[in-house]
Amino acid sequence: MNYHSKKLLKLNLSPWRMATVGGLLLTGLVVVAGRAFYLQGLNTDYLQGKGDAVANRNLTLPAQRGQVTDRHGQLLAISTPVESLWARPGDLTLTPEQHAQLAKTLGVSSKDLAKTLARKTRGEFSVRRPVTPEQAVKIATLGAPGLHLRREFRRYYPAGEVAAHVVGFTNVDDLGQEGVERAYQDWLAGREGKRQIMRDRRGNTIRDLAPIKTAQQGGNLALSLDLNIQYLAHRELAAAITKNKAKGGSVVVLDAKTGEILALANQPIFNPNNRRNYQPGPMRNRAVIDTFEPGSTIKPFVAAAALEHGLFRSDTVVDTPETWRVGNKLVRDVHPHPQMTVSEIIQKSSNVGAVKLAMAMTPEQYWGALHRSGFGELPGSGFPGETAGRLRSADSWKPVEHATMAYGYGLSVSLLQLTRAYMAFANDGEVMPLSFLKREPQEVAGERVFSAAVAREVRAMMETVTQEGGTGQRTRVPGYRVAGKTGTAHKVIDGRYAPDRYLSSFVGLAPASNPRLIIGVVIDEPSGGVYYGGSVAGPVFAQVMAASLRQLALPPDAPDTALRMTQHAARAGGGV
Amino acid sequence: MSRLNVVLALVLIVCALAVIQAQHRSRTYFVELERLKKQAHGLEEQWGQLQLEQSTWANPARVDTLARTRLGLVAPPPDRVRIETLAAAP
Repeated sequence: MNYHSKKLLKLNLSPWRMATVGGLLLTGLVVVAGRAFYLQGLNTDYLQGKGDAVANRNLTLPAQRGQVTDRHGQLLAISTPVESLWARPGDLTLTPEQHAQLAKTLGVSSKDLAKTLARKTRGEFSVRRPVTPEQAVKIATLGAPGLHLRREFRRYYPAGEVAAHVVGFTNVDDLGQEGVERAYQDWLAGREGKRQIMRDRRGNTIRDLAPIKTAQQGGNLALSLDLNIQYLAHRELAAAITKNKAKGGSVVVLDAKTGEILALANQPIFNPNNRRNYQPGPMRNRAVIDTFEPGSTIKPFVAAAALEHGLFRSDTVVDTPETWRVGNKLVRDVHPHPQMTVSEIIQKSSNVGAVKLAMAMTPEQYWGALHRSGFGELPGSGFPGETAGRLRSADSWKPVEHATMAYGYGLSVSLLQLTRAYMAFANDGEVMPLSFLKREPQEVAGERVFSAAVAREVRAMMETVTQEGGTGQRTRVPGYRVAGKTGTAHKVIDGRYAPDRYLSSFVGLAPASNPRLIIGVVIDEPSGGVYYGGSVAGPVFAQVMAASLRQLALPPDAPDTALRMTQHAARAGGGV
Repeated sequence: MSRLNVVLALVLIVCALAVIQAQHRSRTYFVELERLKKQAHGLEEQWGQLQLEQSTWANPARVDTLARTRLGLVAPPPDRVRIETLAAAP
C-alpha cells in the first residue's frame, strides 16, 4: 500500500522539474479562469446581445383590413396577402441568365427590366407590385442576390366599377381615400400586434419572451347595398347614357321603409382595381356630391305645402293661362290648359299653376316645407363630401325667386337629397334617416315632414303623372302602380341658363299602394334629340324599378295592367 | 439521519428529471401549437382568396353576360308572366 516504501517506485525527480510543471499548470489555470471571468463577467452584455440576435426575434403581427360586403354578404372589398418583388440596389448582381429569366417571368423585355433595375435609389424599391403566385415561386427559385419578395396586403374590389362610387378605394398604404373606405377607415383598419419570440437552430419558435400583443383585425362592414339591384341600376344607367349621348348621370334606389340606400350608381365610372389612371372626374360620386337645380321635381313639395296650409284641396280648380307675369319674369307653360285642378298641375307639370300655388303661401310657409323636407341641409348619409345643396332663407327671397322656386330654379339639391325628400310621400309623411349600412327596420325612427293625409293625397297626384295625360307615361311598370314626378331643367353655363342644355330627371316610387322603393334618376345633358325627363330619365326608372321589384319579390298591386292573374285553385281545376 | 438524506437525494433527482421532462414536453407542445397556428393562418388566407375567386365568378355583370350570350336566357316579357295567388291556408 505504501508506494514510498517500495524502492523501485520511489520518485527520483529534481525539484526544478516539479516547479516548472507546477508553474505551467498554474499559468494555464490562471489564463482559463481569467478568460472565463472576462467572458462571463466583463463582456457579458455584448455577448448576450449577440446570442439573442441569433435566437430572438421581434415580430410584427399584421392586421388585416376588414371586408366590405353588400346586404346579402356578397363581397365588395377584401384584403388578401400578395407577394411583391423588391430590389436592394447595393446588393443587386444578376448573371445574364438570371436577368433573362427574370425578364421572361415578369413578361417584360430584357431592356425594360434593365432600365427598371438601374434605378439609383438609396433604399429599396419595388420592381413589381404585386406579382402573381406563379411568378413568386419562379423568382424565389432564381435566388438572385439583392432581389427579395415581400408579403403585403392588397385590396381587391370584386364588384369592380359597379359599386365603385359607394365603396371607394384605398391607397397603397391601405388608407381609405374615397367612399365607404374613407368614411369607415377607423373601423375597417386593424391595429398591428407585436410579439417577441425565441427560435431554435431550425427556425422553430420555441418560447415567447414577452406577453403577445395580439393584432386587432379590422372590422367587417355590411352595406345597405343590394349588389343585384346595384348592378341593374348601373347597367340601365350606362345604357341610357349611351343612347341619349349624355355627359353623365346618376341613379339612387332607396328603401322607403328603412331609409337604406339599396343602390347608387353614377356615370362616368372608374375601375377601383386599377389605380394607374387617376382621374378625379369619374371618381366623383355625383349623386351625393354634385348639386343641380331640381326643376319640376320640386312641384310635389309645392302642392304638399299648399295642401298642408289648407289653402287648396287636390280638386281645387286654378286658372292657368299660358303665361303669367311675376315682376319682370314671364312664366310659361309648355302644354297650356286654361284651367287645371291642383292634381292636374302636378300631372301636366304646369309652371304657371305651381307658381300660383307657391305665391298663395308666404315665403316663410313655402321655405318651411322645403326646409323640413331636408333641402339646404346635409342628407346625413355620412358619405365623405356630401353636399347640403342650397336653399336661401325666406327673408332674402324676392318675389321672382319665390316664383321660380315653385318650379325648381333658385335652389340646388343633390340627387340623394331629392330622393330622400320623396320618402315623405312614400312613407305617409315620414322621412327615415339615410344609411349606407345595413340596418334592422326597428332601429329607425322617422321624422314627420307632412301629415299622413297630405302625403297620401300628393302620392295620388303623382300617380296620375304616369297615367294617361301625364308627363311620365314611359315610367310605367307592368303590374305595379307607380307614382312619380318628371323634371327637365336648363343647365347654368357661365352664369346664364343655356337654352339647349338640360338635366333630365325623374323621381318615383312603387308600388304606389304601399311604397317600398324610391328611385331617383338624373341624366346630365342628353343630346340625342330628346331631353324631357319623362323620356330620358323615365325609362331608366321603369327598367330599374321593374327589375328591383322582381328582385324583392313584391306582389303586384295592379295585376290587370299587363299580368294575367290566375287563382291557384282555378289552374288546378283546369287540369294539365 | 443518513438514510433520510439518501431518500431526499433520490427524491431530488426524480424531481429534477421530472422538470426536464416537463420542460421538454412544453417545448414540443409549443412547437406543435406554433405549427398549427401557422396552418390556421394559411387556411384563413386561402379562404380569403377563395372568397375573392367566388365573388369574381359570381359577379352579376359576368353572370348577366353569360346568361344572355352562352345560355340564351332572356327576362320574360310581362305578358308571359303569370302570378299565382295561393288559396288561403285552412
